[in-house]
Amino acid sequence: MDIRIINEKCTGCTICTKVCPFAALTMHSKKAVIDYDKCSLCGACVDSCKFDAIEIKRSSSRTPNLEEYKGVWVLGEQRRGHVQSVVFELLSKGRELADKLGAELSCVLLGHNIKDTAEHLIHRGADNVIIVDNPKLEHFMDEPYTKALVQLIRKYRPAVFLCGATVVGRSLISRVAVKLHTGLTADCTGLDIDPKEGFLLQTRPAFGGNIMATILSKNHRPQMATVRHKVFKEAVVDTSRKGKVIEEELTSTLLTSRTKLLDIVEEIESTINIAEADIIVSGGRGMKGPENFKILEELAQALGGAVGSSRAAVDAGWMPYSHQVGQTGKTVCPKIYIACGISGQIQHLVGMQSSDIIIAINKDPDAPIFNVATFGVVGDLFEVVPLLTKKFKEVLNK
Amino acid sequence: MNIIVCIKQVPDTTQVKIDPVTNTLIRDGVESIVNPFDAYAVEEAVRLKERYGGKVLALTMGPPQAEAVLREAIGLGCDEGILVSDRAFAGSDTLATGYTLAAAIRKIKIFDIILCGKQASDGDTAQVGPGIATQLDIPQITYVKKIEKIEDNKLIAHRMIEEGFEMIETSLPCLLTVVKEINEPRLPSLKGKMKAKKIEIPAWKAIDLDIDEVQLGLTGSPTWVSKIFTPPPRPKGEIFEGAAEESVNKLVEVLKDRLK
Amino acid sequence: MDYLLTEEQMMLRDLCREVAEEKIMPVAAEYDEKEEFPWEIVKTLAQSDLCGVYIPEEYGGMGGGILELCILVEELSRGCAGIALSVAGTALGTDPILLYGNEDQKKKYLPDIASGKKLAAYAITEPAAGSDVSSMQTTATKDGDYYVLNGTKHFITNGGDAETYTVIAMTDKKKGSRGASAFIVEKGTPGFTFGKKEHKLGIRASSTRELIFEDCRISKENLLGKEGQGFMIAMKTFDMSRPGIGAQALGIAQGAFDAALKYSNEREQFGKPISSFQGIQFMLADMATQIEAARALIYATARQIDAGAKEISKESSMAKMFASDVAMSVTVDAIQIFGGYGYIKEYPVEKYMRDAKITQIYEGTNQIQRSIIALNLIKELKKK
Repeated sequence: MDIRIINEKCTGCTICTKVCPFAALTMHSKKAVIDYDKCSLCGACVDSCKFDAIEIKRSSSRTPNLEEYKGVWVLGEQRRGHVQSVVFELLSKGRELADKLGAELSCVLLGHNIKDTAEHLIHRGADNVIIVDNPKLEHFMDEPYTKALVQLIRKYRPAVFLCGATVVGRSLISRVAVKLHTGLTADCTGLDIDPKEGFLLQTRPAFGGNIMATILSKNHRPQMATVRHKVFKEAVVDTSRKGKVIEEELTSTLLTSRTKLLDIVEEIESTINIAEADIIVSGGRGMKGPENFKILEELAQALGGAVGSSRAAVDAGWMPYSHQVGQTGKTVCPKIYIACGISGQIQHLVGMQSSDIIIAINKDPDAPIFNVATFGVVGDLFEVVPLLTKKFKEVLNK
Repeated sequence: MNIIVCIKQVPDTTQVKIDPVTNTLIRDGVESIVNPFDAYAVEEAVRLKERYGGKVLALTMGPPQAEAVLREAIGLGCDEGILVSDRAFAGSDTLATGYTLAAAIRKIKIFDIILCGKQASDGDTAQVGPGIATQLDIPQITYVKKIEKIEDNKLIAHRMIEEGFEMIETSLPCLLTVVKEINEPRLPSLKGKMKAKKIEIPAWKAIDLDIDEVQLGLTGSPTWVSKIFTPPPRPKGEIFEGAAEESVNKLVEVLKDRLK
Repeated sequence: MDYLLTEEQMMLRDLCREVAEEKIMPVAAEYDEKEEFPWEIVKTLAQSDLCGVYIPEEYGGMGGGILELCILVEELSRGCAGIALSVAGTALGTDPILLYGNEDQKKKYLPDIASGKKLAAYAITEPAAGSDVSSMQTTATKDGDYYVLNGTKHFITNGGDAETYTVIAMTDKKKGSRGASAFIVEKGTPGFTFGKKEHKLGIRASSTRELIFEDCRISKENLLGKEGQGFMIAMKTFDMSRPGIGAQALGIAQGAFDAALKYSNEREQFGKPISSFQGIQFMLADMATQIEAARALIYATARQIDAGAKEISKESSMAKMFASDVAMSVTVDAIQIFGGYGYIKEYPVEKYMRDAKITQIYEGTNQIQRSIIALNLIKELKKK
């Protein structure tokens, strides 16, 4: 295995046994011992050891001329010429990171007839907007977009590259990272700069969303990360900001594609998009069946909100995927989030814990959802929810 | 039609709990399952075989016991399985995983379509599918919710996007990642299970593949975990217990000003 | 208890269990409520190769015997006995072809049944001929290369939904029970129609209909065995099929018991789970023991038949009678453990009880079974 304890250095302090998320470290004769069947080489112990007594064989390769990579880039994802709001969220975080690094923030915009959006991106915090305007980039296609980005990154060498964890972002950036042979961390919920080394600290839920991990890409550039919609707050508009617009030309032969977009079909949902709702009433496994979601709809209706769901309820087929809140569903940030019969696995919590007020209704007083709840009601949701609907209606009608 | 379906053995994360005392994951008694999203890829592969003829090969990378997911896939209608397993692969991040699987697929050589689930339920990255396609330099369509048709070496699929779907045509060979909307997986068949029981599954090691060792496992992974922690809890909230009516009244009382 | 099943048998059991838990249990109450035939489930069973478990491999089946059929029926009945009957009733209709069909008949009918493309049914009961089979009124009159069927069969499981029917009719009324013959009749034959569908207490996902024959002409090729063998074919078929009914009853009992055991651990009264009370414990212990005894009897009988034993009437009646009595008492007790909740339809146990009742009645009432057992005991004594 690529990990070992250096017995001469191990003092038997037991710190590593406490940080190992897999319980793979135990003490024998006052020395740490690794159970290789349990070890997943996550490296948490290496970082925790104050005596450098745990050695892990890491990547020896590194991006050539690594120190030349500077600045923070944000992918300016657009659909039909409209810049997606996740870009504004990334610009606010990107600004913060760039300031910590003492570097510039650039937004890269690929598309056709999109030049007039550049100014707005500067108002949202970008120092530079790099535009490739080409009819072949009008709609997203994996290959031309990948080639364009790879070309630009090789030319400008940003140290950090952020992208929305959207359908487009996830497909595209996975390809780009492979082409550049660099690290990519999906669905970050926290981004920061290591004050000493200047690395990008990428924090995300790990191991099925049960715990959080901070991930580094020390020897490869750019350090790439995707972030989901609504995880960060949007950058405020400052119309006094000035910046540079750089137009890049790419040869058309570079932008060929083996896939072809035939059509875009919009499917409009009758219900409110939960990502945009101010109040969300969500149901989980405790709802017991699809028919019971009616009482949540009634409550949501009384409050003018939308109905959400945990992964358990979606997996059981009770609710469509578009209503799923959590790591594999949507991240939401409403004013009020009411969780009914949701136990509160981290997988769900990461999707809603930045809500202003969280109300938990659960019959199990030990359910983890109560740990994040601003208010909680211990009780049978089939009794509590209809009562709540009734009371809210009374109060709101006054 | 030669189809390769890439699957992964994952812990059933719905069963994983945190030990409140030690803050470690309790994985004892947690079953290993086929990544739920991969089940849709397997079903779609078998349906494509039923529709267009051909063969389905299931491929997985993991420890020796990951062979179980290949047998499961064969029970569901796949024709054969290949396990890619070596200590050298341990600690692979998505880049190293994509690299290794692509090398295995190059060795398999003959394929028209590679199918993957949209992501694995333990890592949730959705990076390995596109990673394989990029390593093999073939086109991809991610988030596929329907395969409309395959004709003249071209495939047309519906790709799910936030506001509906896109209809995309691709040349073959290609890689598709599928979402759960694409089908409803069947249960295994008795004949399939019997075949799965008996079939020999080759296990390929690093030396069986044409690869650069530096790009494998931990050494081939640019990303690494520097810290693991349970997220800090929010400040303790106010919990109402007791009679429902009473709790509801208290709750409405504290909330009513914020609702208007 | 370990029944030393082969690897294949365990594989079959596990697969059937998966089907029952994932596909049948979630919809059992709905089919029961709507009295709808479970075509969706039949499709699943076909896709999983479960329709031809007991049919030889050369006719497209899996080559299993009565034990395999019993395992299948037991596990599916844990989910829903009515739904399980789509296959179990088909097996009953297929048994005469397996036992007495000639090569041409087997080749013609068995592959479609094995693949699940077609279901089968067995028709012997008439309005006036229940336990007294010999008072049968339906006639089959020879007319050249044809037989002409006239009469009515009722309470026919899978009636109307099956494609292939094995029908017992009188070819010579004067000869009494020796004047009956067995025929294969296909759905769609002119003169063959269906009467009303019965509304039943239990097994409501199974269809039970009247078969009406009015000058229905069938080819003489459709005669099973020889003329006059009908009654014997019927009895031999029952000897083979009774363990299957026992297995159905066993599955019902097991399903009800599983629910009751789980509930007794969850339901708290006086501050602790009700399973900690001796009154409940004794009930659970008795239920579990009865179920295990029934299973042992059914499996042993099935193995004896599969091993080629000829004299099996007594054992097969014992298996059916004992298991169905167990099913009735266990399901009643299961409701008792659930208390008031057991009596309402939101919980599954009342359905198990309704489903259990038929197993004491059809394929020979338990009173008839006891007569068969007693007659065989006396016969054995005389032989000594």
